Amino acid sequence: MSVLHDLIFDYTLRNVALGAMLLGIVSGVLGAFAVLRRQGLLGDSLSHAALPGICIAFMLTGSRETIVLLIGAGIAGWLGTLLLLRTVRDTKLSEDTMLGVVLSVFFGVGILLLTLIQQGNDANQAGLDKYLFGQAASLIADDVISFVVIGALGLIVVIALYKEFKVISFDPAFAFSIGLPTRLLDIILTSLLVVAVMIGLQTVGVVLMAAMVIGPGAAARQWTDRLHVMLILSALFGAIAGVSGAVISVQAARIPTGPMIVLSLTAIVLVSLFLAPRHGLLPDQIRRRRQQTRLRDRGFDAVAEVRS
Amino acid sequence: MTSGVVILLTGVLCAAACALLGTFLILRREAMMTDAISHAILPGLVAGYWIASGPNLLTGVVGATGAALLTVALVEALQRTRRIEGGEAMGIVFPAMFALGTVIVSRSFSNAHLDTDAILYGNIEFSSFERFAIAGHDLGPSSLWLMSVLLVVNVTFLFLFYKELKLTTFDPGLAATIGLSPVLIHYGLMFVLSMTTVGAFTAVGAILVVALVIVPAATAYLLTDDLFEMIVGSAMIGALSAVSGYWLAIWWDASVSGGIVTMTGVFFGLALLFSPTEGLVARARRTRVNRQRFAVDMLLMHLSTHELTPDAPSESSIGHISAALHWTPGETAGTIRRAVDRNLASRTNGTVVLTNQGRDAVRTLLDR
Repeated sequence: MSVLHDLIFDYTLRNVALGAMLLGIVSGVLGAFAVLRRQGLLGDSLSHAALPGICIAFMLTGSRETIVLLIGAGIAGWLGTLLLLRTVRDTKLSEDTMLGVVLSVFFGVGILLLTLIQQGNDANQAGLDKYLFGQAASLIADDVISFVVIGALGLIVVIALYKEFKVISFDPAFAFSIGLPTRLLDIILTSLLVVAVMIGLQTVGVVLMAAMVIGPGAAARQWTDRLHVMLILSALFGAIAGVSGAVISVQAARIPTGPMIVLSLTAIVLVSLFLAPRHGLLPDQIRRRRQQTRLRDRGFDAVAEVRS
Repeated sequence: MTSGVVILLTGVLCAAACALLGTFLILRREAMMTDAISHAILPGLVAGYWIASGPNLLTGVVGATGAALLTVALVEALQRTRRIEGGEAMGIVFPAMFALGTVIVSRSFSNAHLDTDAILYGNIEFSSFERFAIAGHDLGPSSLWLMSVLLVVNVTFLFLFYKELKLTTFDPGLAATIGLSPVLIHYGLMFVLSMTTVGAFTAVGAILVVALVIVPAATAYLLTDDLFEMIVGSAMIGALSAVSGYWLAIWWDASVSGGIVTMTGVFFGLALLFSPTEGLVARARRTRVNRQRFAVDMLLMHLSTHELTPDAPSESSIGHISAALHWTPGETAGTIRRAVDRNLASRTNGTVVLTNQGRDAVRTLLDR
């Protein structure tokens, strides 16, 4: 029971676990939409695109406050999203090319600015690079409160526009035909990923954000065909991965939190992929075998042959 | 050679080697595979480090190439289950590999010289200090050797399989019909990409690799539709970015990798805005011209409908045209001016009438 005790009373573990759990919930819900709309890798691009925002926010304000830097990150990520949506719509460049362009160029500019800041010999500059690899252990109570506020804003938008998001995720053409402002909704839903990225940067870092966006949704998709169930499962999986990763990394020596969260999440994805009753590979195989036997029993050998 | 020349040459060679492959990756919509590979090689590098019990170029490259190919295979396997689609499969595999590598590094090699910072943004700055030596003879900076070999390998690959690459990229169905295996070519390309990523990555860092593979090729694609021009163009844009990015970094005393990537972005931005065919400026102008042409056509149709009817004088008054076609007075004035300029209509005290040329134009419109 000492783990449970620590979770509640140990200051560091409590903040890390809470932060990771919030990240899991928010990126789980928003990522589920991204997965359905096949935009999962957008999380990867946005998190990289956030870096120059962090640097510019720091250069302009000289502040190291999490919330200031995260707002900078959010704005840069959002500009990256708009650039991506616009170019994919208006030029012959494909989405996957633009994901790569936004990711690498924004990040490269960020690195350039980061090295500029570092030679400034500013005592304040230390700590910006924790956003690169994530440093969950450095989370303090104020950070967690910022996460709650940012995350709640994102989730409220999802709840308020749930029906609209559902339609544009599954049938954008129908959404357009019934007069919904599809382009605006598309931009809102895509931009919400920025919220997940803002929470994720400090917890898991730039590189691993892709997993936090895609993993929970991809796992939840195997268990259900209903959107609201999928969103709840996705949030749950994200939260479980967050908390278990945080606990394992604090209990065992020298295991970084971010990577451990991602490894937990990968385990959840694999279990879902193989074992989920609805779409899992193993249950699917069993059903197929059973059907073959049934057909063979009835003498439909040829059909069974074709089906196998 | 001074260290500046070595850095410049390394950058240019790397840019050229990456851009050659980038062209095909973009056309095949596999660009993000570079990003996945460049991160997923971490556990392979760690394995190479462990086998040689220290930093070693050969075991590092072998381990990383192995990890890269494993990544490609895992992504394909996930996609084949059809439970997890396209890009999402990458987004599951490469963070998992990167996380695994990070955990192993901090568990087992926490004191070792395996710097995760360097993995992300590289240290091309030190490229002249790592020497390549055989039996004690110093043969020059190893990064130069590595990048030259990679460039030769890539050029050879393109030269040998140009036809096959071209056909499987643009018409995989036809390629399969005449007996070229798209799968084999895909794996060939992925193998060469893995080697390039690993090699370039040890010299210049992960982000620079991704940028040099994707961005110059995307820039060239905005400027041309010809495959050969695109390959040559992207290599040239890549090399140009390497040179100008190096000077930018020296001038600002900042990261050379960051400078080079920034310059690839600058060139991309210029092409995105000003490309004669695809550029946003040209596109906006085309849209405006089309809209104006269409407005003139609408005006002619309107005038022709009411011509020779009793209400013609009132229908062809400028104020009424505004209201009937839902145009602002400015739009109406502009459209009438353009119609008059083209001799399709003429203006007489407050009303507009068709000219003979205008009637001909209406007839052509109706025949269409």
